[in-house]
Amino acid sequence: MKIAIASGKGGTGKTTLSVNLASLLAQKNSVFLVDLDVEEPNAKLFLAGELLSEEPKYKMIPKWSEESCTFCQKCVEVCNYHALLGIANEILVFPNLCHSCYACSELCPTQSLPMFAQKMGTARHYVMPDMELIEGELDLGEEQAVSLISQTKTYVDKLLLKDTIAIYDCPPGTSCPVIEAVKDVDFVILVTEPTPFGLNDLKLAVETMRVLKKPFGVVVNRYDAQDDRVFAYCESENIEILAKIPNDKALAVLYSKGALIYHSSKSVKCELEKISCFLKSLTCKERA
Amino acid sequence: MKIAFTTKGREWQSEMEPRFGRTDYILIYDEDKDTLIIFDNCEAKSHEHGAGPTVAKILIENGVNVLITGNGPGGNAIEVLKKSSIEVYSGAIEMSVKEAYDKYKNKKLPRF
Repeated sequence: MKIAIASGKGGTGKTTLSVNLASLLAQKNSVFLVDLDVEEPNAKLFLAGELLSEEPKYKMIPKWSEESCTFCQKCVEVCNYHALLGIANEILVFPNLCHSCYACSELCPTQSLPMFAQKMGTARHYVMPDMELIEGELDLGEEQAVSLISQTKTYVDKLLLKDTIAIYDCPPGTSCPVIEAVKDVDFVILVTEPTPFGLNDLKLAVETMRVLKKPFGVVVNRYDAQDDRVFAYCESENIEILAKIPNDKALAVLYSKGALIYHSSKSVKCELEKISCFLKSLTCKERA
Repeated sequence: MKIAFTTKGREWQSEMEPRFGRTDYILIYDEDKDTLIIFDNCEAKSHEHGAGPTVAKILIENGVNVLITGNGPGGNAIEVLKKSSIEVYSGAIEMSVKEAYDKYKNKKLPRF
C-alpha cells in the first residue's frame, strides 16, 4: 500500500507526520519511507541509518548540432515549454526550461537535436533498524523536480513487496511535482494547520485531489481550539479528519532537535494510532 | 540608436515596468528617426516559462542597441542578449519612460 503525505501549504508538518507515522507503523509492518520532497529532502534528519546505495540520476536534454540544421525552426514551434529559441541562425537550448519530452528531437527533420543525459540529482537508499528510507535529492540549481520524483518512485517500485507500506513524503504545493508524487498512491493524507493560510491551501489541495480522483483525508497539525474554520470546511465538504496533532511547544522543541515526537507524547501517539487503524481498515476494504 | 524600455503603458508618460520577460509593453525609441514603436507583450507574458528569452529575441530582431529596464533580465534572457551587443541598463523603477530616458542620457542608470 502506498500512502502520500501532502499539503497545499509548506511547513504544515508533512515530514513530521511522515517520519513519526512511518516509525509507528514500522513496529508491526514492513515500511518504506520515501522522501519525494526532492528540493529539500529532510526526513533522514530524524532517523538514524546506514547508506546502502547512492545512484546519480539524469535527465535527457537536446543538444543542437549546427552542421545538419536547416534552421526550419520546427523544434521551436513544437516546444511547449519555450526551452528552445531560434536566433540569428542558431538554436539556443535552455536546459532548465526543458521537460525532456523529446518533441524537438523526434520531430526535427534532420535529426539535429540528439538527446544527451545530464545529471540532475541523486537517489539514496538508507537502511534504518526498523525501516528503509529512500530519498531523491536535486542538484543545486536544478529546477525540474518531476523527473527525479518519478525516477525515485521507480527505484522504490522495484523493491516493494506486497505487504510493505510505502509512505511518500511529498513536496508542498499543488503543482506538477505534487501530481507526480501522488499519482499512483492508494490514499493521500493532507496535512494542514488551523490558520487562514492553512485553510486556503487545504482547499487548493482538496481540489487537486478531487481532479485526480484520489481518496484522501485530513490531519490537522498544531491543533488548538482557537480557529475552527478548517473543521467547519471539512465538515461541509464531507472530508474525514483522521487525526489532530496538538499545538505544543514541547513538540516543537523535540522536532528542532531532530527527535521523533510520538515517543514523548501520549496524545501524539494516540493520534498516530488512529491513522494506523484507519489505514488498516483501508487494507481490509481493499482485500474485500 | 534604438532604445528599448519595459513599460506598463504605451506612452512616454507611462510608468516603467520593473520586470523584463513579463512586462506589459516594450517601447522602442529610434533616436535617429524620432519614432516610438510599441510592442504589446501579452503573448510572452502569458508563458508559464521562458518569457524572458522571448522578449530578448524581440529586442534583437528589432535591432535594439540599448535596453532600459527595472530589475534586470533573468539568466535565460541574459544568455540570449549576450548573442547581441545590446547594452543593458537596470534600476529604472518607479519613474516614467521619459524620466528613465533622461536618466540614461545623463548616465544616471547603472549598467546591468
